[in-house]
Amino acid sequence: MASIKRAGPFRLIATLGIAGFFSGLVLVTVFLATQPLILRNQAEALEAAIYRVLPGSKKQKAFVLEEDTLVPFKEDGGRLPLEDAVFGAYDDNGQLVGFGIPAEGPGFQDTIKLIYGYDVESENIVGMEVLESKETPGLGDKIIKDQDFLDSFKALSVEPEVLAVKPGTSQNSNEVDTISGATISSKAVIKIINEGNRRWIDLVSQIGESEEKP
Amino acid sequence: MGNLFWIFASAAVINNFTLAYFLGLCPFFGVSKKIETAFRLGLANIFVMLITSVCAWFLNTYVLEYAGYLRLMTFIVVIASTVQFVEMAIKKLSPALFKALGIFLPLITTNCAILGLALFQTNRNYTFIEGIFYAIGAGAGLTLALVLMAGIREECELVEIPDIVKGAALSFLIAGILSMAFMGFAGLFSGA
Amino acid sequence: MDSEGRLRKETMKGFWQENPVFVQLLGLCPALAVTNSAINGLAMGGATTFVLLGSSILVSLFRNLIPKQVRITTFIITIATFVTVADLSLQALFPAIHKELGAFIALIVVNCLILGRQEAFASRNPFRLAVGDAVGMALGFTMALVLVGGIREILGSGSLFGVSLFGDAFEPWVIMILPPGGFLTLGVLLIIFAQVQKSRSQRQAHIKSKGLEAA
Repeated sequence: MASIKRAGPFRLIATLGIAGFFSGLVLVTVFLATQPLILRNQAEALEAAIYRVLPGSKKQKAFVLEEDTLVPFKEDGGRLPLEDAVFGAYDDNGQLVGFGIPAEGPGFQDTIKLIYGYDVESENIVGMEVLESKETPGLGDKIIKDQDFLDSFKALSVEPEVLAVKPGTSQNSNEVDTISGATISSKAVIKIINEGNRRWIDLVSQIGESEEKP
Repeated sequence: MGNLFWIFASAAVINNFTLAYFLGLCPFFGVSKKIETAFRLGLANIFVMLITSVCAWFLNTYVLEYAGYLRLMTFIVVIASTVQFVEMAIKKLSPALFKALGIFLPLITTNCAILGLALFQTNRNYTFIEGIFYAIGAGAGLTLALVLMAGIREECELVEIPDIVKGAALSFLIAGILSMAFMGFAGLFSGA
Repeated sequence: MDSEGRLRKETMKGFWQENPVFVQLLGLCPALAVTNSAINGLAMGGATTFVLLGSSILVSLFRNLIPKQVRITTFIITIATFVTVADLSLQALFPAIHKELGAFIALIVVNCLILGRQEAFASRNPFRLAVGDAVGMALGFTMALVLVGGIREILGSGSLFGVSLFGDAFEPWVIMILPPGGFLTLGVLLIIFAQVQKSRSQRQAHIKSKGLEAA
């Protein structure tokens, strides 16, 4: 049979200690081995999304908030800041295309995470992509796939703010048709974008063109 | 404040830990034959969840910044110790309750709900207070699901059940219908 | 029973008579939470197999060195290590799957199946048998997950392993990929499984009673 009966306390502690030690050893090794790959995957995914919501952009540069102004993010090992950051996107010639603004908020089911592209010059949103959502499949998750909905973010004015209106009734350039059957999810997207605007628009407009090309 | 209430309501009802996230199923299908036992187990769970939430927050904030890959290990050790402690406490304070809960106390350790709570809380970066509300909400939701299930099964004892569905199968079908009912809560409070 | 037969018996039991999901009702959280599609069920089954196999191997190899009083803690340390390794590896090599399975990979550590096998079998049996037991249980578990996931995917998305089966005309039964669908699918499968078991044992009892050798 198996274990030793009534082992003394030293043996017990020794066993746990050895197990813990080897466990720690394995974990640290695997962690160090996988970290570079994991960070690269995350950065690539976010970058790809940025280029999709800001058509024409090929390079990006991250900015983080430091005492009420935006400063360039100091890269270390290819890591991208995944929170509280916006991304300047530039085309092949180094010209600023716009800013990729990640934002999140409560949807119908759970939190919705998205990123949208904002063009400082035209003061328009030029693209939007839902990064993560747990909305109801077949209903709320249309916000991810419905092409008409996504298209309405290609030249969307943000003044005074983005408005969600009934399907088929949008007239002004700052209005978006909600998806019928996914009203609450659609409205949540609009709300998240408006809050993102409140947070970042002034700040990114300040930097605008004046930032150095990457 | 509204945000805290949303966290509580979401965990308890809209995204009920058991009926929406499938956590805490072992006690759900095992213990829930009597309403009173189910309720008491639910309370024990809430207590363990609260302690876990607080410990998880401290670990996340001060320790795991440096060694995120140790998260799982530390969480599970904390949970196992807490449950051990709660078990000893209940044994001392209320031997009757200890006897009633029997095997299910140590099973709280391997209860996905507790670890799930710690992990979800971490993923969502809840603050200390948000974590507390989340723990109470999740625990309340778990208790609610347990008690509902126990109540329905108590009623089932009084009717004739076809042999083909007796036992676990019936519990799952009941759970499915309960889960559907709880789906009706989705969208609550999000009209704002 | 000779040792080959013993190994076969210990391995096969996990697949049918002692199937972790349909008979023992263990590991239900992952069995229902991530089986909204067949591929997710397969992935979760794979991760669980890795953890179960690794843990059983180590526990069996060191079973004579682990004092009784700390065995559960030691098992948990071992299991948690393997789960963390699986989590990190998936995140690095298959980020899409890792995103789908989410926090439920970490929850493998509280899958009663794994701790149960360590306590009930791996800590009391030699290496070969422990491996057989782990393989059998893991395969049975994976089979159950793929079955549940497949049914839910076919009915709820009209596809299997991502391949659309019915084309656009099919109106998916969306509830199947939502939580209630998980409960209902498993409930129905349990009924079917129990019926199959019943008729099989009835048939074997019938054969025995006629004095014939069981097949």
